[in-house]
Amino acid sequence: MSASLQREWQRFTPQQRIGRWLLRMAIVAACVWAVRTIEIIPEFLADAPQQMADLLIRMWPPNLGHYRGGVHDALIETLHIATLGTVLSFTMAVPLALLTARNVCRFAPINALANLLLVASRSVNSLVWALLFVAVFGPGALAGVLAIACRSVGFVGKLLAEAIEETPRGPMEAMQAVGAPWGHSMMKGMWPQVQPAFWGIALFRWDINVRESAVLGLVGAGGIGVALDDAINFFHWDRVATILLAILVVVVIAEIVVTQIRKRLI
Amino acid sequence: MSAGLSLRGLSKSYVPGKPVLRDISLDFAPEGVTAIIGPSGTGKSTLIRCINRLVEPTGGKVLLDGQDLVPLRGRALRLARRRIGMVFQEYNLVERLSVMENLLSGRLGYVPLWRAWLRKYPEADIARAFDLLDAVGLPEHATRRADALSGGQRQRVGIARALMQRPALLLADEPTSSLDPRTAVEVMELLTTLTRREQVPVIINIHNVELAKRYCGRIIGMHQGEVVFDGPPEALQASHLTLIYGGEGWQE
Repeated sequence: MSASLQREWQRFTPQQRIGRWLLRMAIVAACVWAVRTIEIIPEFLADAPQQMADLLIRMWPPNLGHYRGGVHDALIETLHIATLGTVLSFTMAVPLALLTARNVCRFAPINALANLLLVASRSVNSLVWALLFVAVFGPGALAGVLAIACRSVGFVGKLLAEAIEETPRGPMEAMQAVGAPWGHSMMKGMWPQVQPAFWGIALFRWDINVRESAVLGLVGAGGIGVALDDAINFFHWDRVATILLAILVVVVIAEIVVTQIRKRLI
Repeated sequence: MSAGLSLRGLSKSYVPGKPVLRDISLDFAPEGVTAIIGPSGTGKSTLIRCINRLVEPTGGKVLLDGQDLVPLRGRALRLARRRIGMVFQEYNLVERLSVMENLLSGRLGYVPLWRAWLRKYPEADIARAFDLLDAVGLPEHATRRADALSGGQRQRVGIARALMQRPALLLADEPTSSLDPRTAVEVMELLTTLTRREQVPVIINIHNVELAKRYCGRIIGMHQGEVVFDGPPEALQASHLTLIYGGEGWQE
């Protein structure tokens, strides 16, 4: 009886092994194909270190005096764009997240429609959103705020919907049993459960938006990107260096602030 | 005001053709503690959840003081539910809220949204919450978060929250199953004395037969979605237990 039992143990079946081997081959093939498609020009590649060194020499020393005159205000505008954009995105993302979460909205077509809107928002890069809004509202910070907001909606909405769907059912069931109306049970049963996730997502997205809004100026949507674009166009590399440094400092500070707040939240 | 409950031909099938509850008709007096016993998966939980419509019955009537709850929708259903308290096996507290706020959640069927939002509950509700906290033996825990409590303490909060509703009927779905034996006895003791004091009739799902016999005035035995025993604890014989749970060897 036991002699006939298969006592050999193998991690994968032969089919699985063939499958894994094929998958590896496919990954290698994809990489080879990709390298061939991007058409690297050998001459440009060869003198890249030289070009790079040249650029860095032109950037050094950074023209720090330029900060007061042309960078500071733009930097503050960038932070305003990031903050307002994040706030605005939440006003759109919260309703969409509620409609997407299957434990809140039980009508599948609505879930799908809300989710489609979230995916649409994510599928367009914030630079593209900015181009659209610059075309509609003209260049300036308003276009930047709207671009940041529209790009963030999909991100925030998706994460929020997931947080809502992951909440245990029990407390909401208790609210139902108590006879609480929908708004009451959302506020006292659902909200306390998603609150940490909500603030976590808000901070995370604000952090990302600070970085994203720094480049929006390249297409004229306000902020420090405008200053960067001007400096590059006029070959003021020492100014470019100042601006890049300023962005770096702000991003690092944002990172530290967000990490500190999050520590306290959770 | 305590209320009498009657079930008439109550049935439930989650999958068509596979009934979990078969044509249950029962009458509950507006007082006293009734235990429903039976093996796992026999429909005890479904029965109790059909009463406050957390589960939608497939057929039959649930009459609370003569009013059929089954056809109720929206606001009417909410008004009926707030008269029925419920205690859950897994407590179902909101973990990140304080004990006090969990208790006051029992009033959400009564207070307007702005009061709940601003935490401006009526004085009477707050006084009642402190009373109940004393009654369940957690007077110093009002401001602690629910997730800082032990299982027994959480269930006490669960009971207090249900009583905050001033319910006409209390349902308890396996209130002691997640607790250790000693805490289970303490919680049963508390549940039965408090509801006697408040004159609320109780229906308890329980799979501990000893606890049921000790604390309940009436025992209903279920087997495969049907009532196979209904009587006082003294009348519950070994033969009945065989009928309810099947087999014999376990009864020692």
